[in-house]
Amino acid sequence: MTVYLFLILGFFAIMSALMVVFAKNPIHSILYLVLTFFAIAGEYVLLNAQFLAIVNIIVYAGAIMVLFLFVVMLLNLNKETEPHKSMLRKLIAVVAAGLLMVVLVGSLKGADAMSIKPTGQNTGYIENLGNVLFKDFLLPFEVSAILFLAAMVGAVMLGKKDIK
Amino acid sequence: MSLSLFILYKAILVVIVFLVSLVIAMYSTYAERKVAAFMQDRIGPNRAGPFGLLQPVADGVKMFMKEEIIPQVSNKFLFILGPSVAMFTCCITGAVIPWSTSLHIGGHDFALQVTDINIGILYIMAVTSIGVYGIMIGGWASNNKYSLLGALRASSQMISYEVAMGLAIIALVMSTGTLSLKAIAAAQTGWHWNIFYQPVGFLIFIICAFAETNRTPFDLPESDSELIGGYHTEYSSMKLGFYLFAEYINMFISSAIMSTLYFGGYNMPFIGRLGLSPNTMAILGLVFLFAKIFFFIFFFMWVRWTIPRFRFDQLMNLGWKILIPLSIINVAVTGGVVLFFHK
Repeated sequence: MTVYLFLILGFFAIMSALMVVFAKNPIHSILYLVLTFFAIAGEYVLLNAQFLAIVNIIVYAGAIMVLFLFVVMLLNLNKETEPHKSMLRKLIAVVAAGLLMVVLVGSLKGADAMSIKPTGQNTGYIENLGNVLFKDFLLPFEVSAILFLAAMVGAVMLGKKDIK
Repeated sequence: MSLSLFILYKAILVVIVFLVSLVIAMYSTYAERKVAAFMQDRIGPNRAGPFGLLQPVADGVKMFMKEEIIPQVSNKFLFILGPSVAMFTCCITGAVIPWSTSLHIGGHDFALQVTDINIGILYIMAVTSIGVYGIMIGGWASNNKYSLLGALRASSQMISYEVAMGLAIIALVMSTGTLSLKAIAAAQTGWHWNIFYQPVGFLIFIICAFAETNRTPFDLPESDSELIGGYHTEYSSMKLGFYLFAEYINMFISSAIMSTLYFGGYNMPFIGRLGLSPNTMAILGLVFLFAKIFFFIFFFMWVRWTIPRFRFDQLMNLGWKILIPLSIINVAVTGGVVLFFHK
């Protein structure tokens, strides 16, 4: 049962991720990306990580993608206004994306050595997650919080009209 | 409990919650007009049936019978998807609300809650945050500048107020120590309602609930004087009906959430002293919860016919410069109180 669900969700995730790239209309791309996030959230639930699943939906599908949609709607992108890209640019993009793929494949190659060991039914429950985050990984957690704070302050500074 | 019985009971519960949401939303439209009439010293709808009680049915039939217009230039699929998403997201929230304690019938316990997930509050946050897609998709697919402006207003408003709402909920979760709605409702026995522990949080939450449901004084996405009808300008027939209906279901669900989170849910003080049987208690709890819900629905309407609409910059100032700092202070104070007085 779980395997079938995993396969169906994986199919949806990959198909909609491909459609993000292939869709002509940027609005459709964004909506497919939202669908991808939902499929990935479903995979998290299968891994017993409800908190991660729901946060994935709140943060990515519910906030970031709405902002994407917002920006694309305001820019009103369509085929006529799409800037023409030269052959050289396309070639550079292909090489860069290919290199990224090599890096990803290289990093995932050794991943099966440390496969996930589910320690129990309650692994992804919020109590356990909170205990792990605030006891074992407190420093990385706080450092990433500072990173987010810096990004927020930066965004506010950029948004200000008169920077001295 | 056998699996087939479990599935049957859950299916019946889901259907009942769904139907009750629809019927209450239907009669909210009637109540809205009656409350408006009362506030403005009029009579209100009184032609269809006794006291105009069949007015919602007449309105529904009218909506179905109207000509359906889909603009030529709009994206047809997304145009239909918009109201469907709006309707879908407002209906699925009812799944995590504990309507009452459990009924004990024939040796089995039937909890009056569709599902008790351990992250119930976050589920509600997630559903409200994806609810904005219905409005945005519909507004964009209409290919009308007023619709687009309405959709942009709706989304920026909902994102802004979600932040303050989330922070208010964080303070609540800190004082109750759980994210499960069932546990939160069960903890508020007697006079231990969360409103007494989190008054500021409740104030922030109710303001954000008004903004999230696009009700007056925050109904800028559909402000008629500036945007004709806002995001649903191009909609006709039942698709318009779905948008309007979704607003009323949202109102019902947010009233239920406010009652559950801050006003004791199905609890009522002193009821435990009467020594009633658990089944009677469960049914009484249901009645109390619905009394609280109806009070909040009335409150929504009361505010609508009392307070004028905000300007959009005032709305943004209120959200970002007043509510968010206030809710952060609330979180800090709650943290201090929990740290120094409880453990």
